[in-house]
Amino acid sequence: MGRRRAKADEAATWPRYFADRASRSQDPALRAFYEAGMPDPDTPIGEVEMVALDFETTGMDVHQHAIVSVGLVPFTLQRIRPAQGHYWVVRPPRPLDEASIRFHRITHAEVSTAPELDTILDRLLSLLAGKVVVVHYQGIERPFLDAAVLDRRGERCLFPLIDTMNLEARQVRQGWWRRVQTLLGVPQTSIRLGDSRARYGLPSYSAHHAKLDALATAELLQAQVAKHHSPETPLGDLWS
Amino acid sequence: MEAEVQEIREHLKRYPPFDRLESEWLDRIAESVEVAYYRDGTMIQEYGEPIDTLRYVRSGAVEVYRHNGELYNRLSEGDIFGQTGLLHKRQVRFPAKAIEDTLLYLIPAAVFDRLSNEDDHFADFVELSGPRLKAAVEQNERENDLMVTRVRRLLSRSPVTIEETASVRDAARMMTENYVSSILLAARTDQNDDRAFTGEQGDYWRVTGILTDHDFRVRVLAAGGSADTRLADIKHEHLITIQSEESVYEAMLAMLRNNVHHLPVLHRRRPVGVVHLSDIVRYETHSSLYLVSNIFNQSSVKGLVRLMPDVRAAFIRLVDEGATAQMIGEAMSSIGRSLIRRLIELAEDELGPPPVPYCFMVNGSMARNDQSISTDQDNALILDDSFVPEQHDAWFAALAKRVSDGLNACGYPYCEGGIMATNDKWRQPLSVWRRYFEEWINQPDPERLLHSSIFFDLEPVYGEERFVEQLQDRIAERASQSPLFLASMARNALNRTPPLGFFRTFVMEQDGRHNNSINIKRRGTAPLIDVIRVHALSVGSRSQNSFDRLDDITRADTLPAGQADRLRYALEFLSMVRIRHQAHDLKHHHAPDNNIEPENVSDEERHNLKDAFQVLSNAQKFLRFRYPMPNR
Repeated sequence: MGRRRAKADEAATWPRYFADRASRSQDPALRAFYEAGMPDPDTPIGEVEMVALDFETTGMDVHQHAIVSVGLVPFTLQRIRPAQGHYWVVRPPRPLDEASIRFHRITHAEVSTAPELDTILDRLLSLLAGKVVVVHYQGIERPFLDAAVLDRRGERCLFPLIDTMNLEARQVRQGWWRRVQTLLGVPQTSIRLGDSRARYGLPSYSAHHAKLDALATAELLQAQVAKHHSPETPLGDLWS
Repeated sequence: MEAEVQEIREHLKRYPPFDRLESEWLDRIAESVEVAYYRDGTMIQEYGEPIDTLRYVRSGAVEVYRHNGELYNRLSEGDIFGQTGLLHKRQVRFPAKAIEDTLLYLIPAAVFDRLSNEDDHFADFVELSGPRLKAAVEQNERENDLMVTRVRRLLSRSPVTIEETASVRDAARMMTENYVSSILLAARTDQNDDRAFTGEQGDYWRVTGILTDHDFRVRVLAAGGSADTRLADIKHEHLITIQSEESVYEAMLAMLRNNVHHLPVLHRRRPVGVVHLSDIVRYETHSSLYLVSNIFNQSSVKGLVRLMPDVRAAFIRLVDEGATAQMIGEAMSSIGRSLIRRLIELAEDELGPPPVPYCFMVNGSMARNDQSISTDQDNALILDDSFVPEQHDAWFAALAKRVSDGLNACGYPYCEGGIMATNDKWRQPLSVWRRYFEEWINQPDPERLLHSSIFFDLEPVYGEERFVEQLQDRIAERASQSPLFLASMARNALNRTPPLGFFRTFVMEQDGRHNNSINIKRRGTAPLIDVIRVHALSVGSRSQNSFDRLDDITRADTLPAGQADRLRYALEFLSMVRIRHQAHDLKHHHAPDNNIEPENVSDEERHNLKDAFQVLSNAQKFLRFRYPMPNR
């Protein structure tokens, strides 16, 4: 019960936050983003427009690392539309290190000719405006976008999002049986994108491309809602 | 290209019909794909709903149903559905349900439409089964030279012709001067003769015969004739000719059927050349023709048995060279008949002349001219009505035994159902045979017809052909007049049903069960032949071959438009699958059988097989409705 109430309160604060930022934002792109508002937390998930978002970054630490590519795919619970999605490689302010190149296969050459994130930021915000953003592991997209916008526009950029990793954790890492397993030292079930997808019979994609991961995330959310929730589930139950 | 497009494209291109698409099309499709996930047990599309995308199964499994809820198909990775709805008013025709967690790629209708318009292969694939099977069958025919090459292309010189009033000496001299082994005979006639052609001086002639080196030996020298013998006196009675526009294949069949080695070729009525057996053999390396003449040269059953590896080799060659099922069926039947004829000749040599006239009749596949490599023997004896069992039957029983044993030794096993002339019941005078057919047609019941339907494919092989022809006439007349008989035959034609097709590595039955293999004869060609036989009987057809029967049915115009064609394509396709499978067995030194394992079926073939089974299934449903049991 406690958790439900806490979530409801949290959800209720988002409309207030959006209204506040819409009135005070100096940056036109951010103001437009906040003015577009967001669906009411009571809206059934089946009725909202969503956009799956994925960043590839040079590392995990928001203070040291930077975004190198952005992929997004708009979708609803019925349809995923990769053709209407976008993908950008962007030039990070700090040089790429070799380890990260091995990871996401974006090379120095590609990056050196790419635009700076700032030049695509307005477009990115307009594509997210009014939609519900869906990511797999909010620990990347949320802080990296916030930091990048703060860096370049001098303002914060926060919004509610659905985290498919979080939803997956709720299914496989909660409940009394899981606690017993933990006590017995059984290793935790993986909730990485590929492993989570496999549990829903979704095919494995060659990972670590921002747009492909965005597509993979959208598919995963469709599968999770189909299996554990329903199109009538209110948005507020799913986002954070 | 973006990574997800690449990912989608790579998957599509592994499955038909996308595997045959040009690269630009693949890009365009992959770029347009939308994605949707369906959980195990949820409906994907309901009957009558609007539909605006073609559905492609990326992962999972889907069941497709008929409007009445009956299972229509089960699909897995790489299969498509929804095309029927897209082609028909953009409304779902076949409801579909996810039976596993399923991820679909959705191809927008606009892309689907353009693709169907611009790519013939894709259009054939997505349209109803008829066109797709038709395409597969026609593809096979296009690849076959024998079928398309005109016989005139084999001609290297114009014919040497002589007036038939000339002497044997004149003809021999002329042949020697011209270095030919045959000469055409011609007679003067007038313009009213419907076989007249005009000569160089504007006079009228007709071709009356052909003489070969062989004839000089047999018909002149051996017969004690002189060099002054008139050609007209030694010519053959029936002149077999072929039109120059006919295919090489037809020429080959004419030679096989008539066991002749020279065939005059006419352009309309004018002789334009003579094709010799060796011309065809040189053109195609088939040895089935040589085989037939070889059969007639054997003087013992042992000798015939020794030819059997050649029969198998000829079968494999025909398959490898892309012959159609119809061609192979005819070639194999011709060989089988020649074998029987020779066995009878050998038996008569020993037993002496027959006590009364008779006809040796074949039934089943040999009568239909669609024999394959592994078939049992079905035959019977029709005796003249002067037959007196006590006096004559010993001779005929001995004949039947020799033929039957000989066939068995040559690899045509005894008929398990006892449909053989060795069986007293099937060694009877014509009047008894007439009564048999009378009873089958007038007092039919499915049970009784089950074992006798094989007699409704009947052809003479040796002896008094008119006996069998009389029975054929009788059947053609009476069967079409008896609704009860047709209904009983129709009922029997429903006994063996086709499977739905394949699902993953299994054969999928109509009730959803899975099997590891399918007997393509029992579940495919045989019931299809049964269906065609009923329609043929109902239109009074006298043909025995299923393709000829379909021609008769088409002419009679009693079936819904296109159905006869669909049956034809399905039969050709199923027969070809069976034949190829048997050739494969033979090449790998297995005994040829009729069992097809799904893992040995290519993706393309899998789709075509599914279509063919569907054609058969629909044809059986139609049969039930077309020939209902009349109230007695």
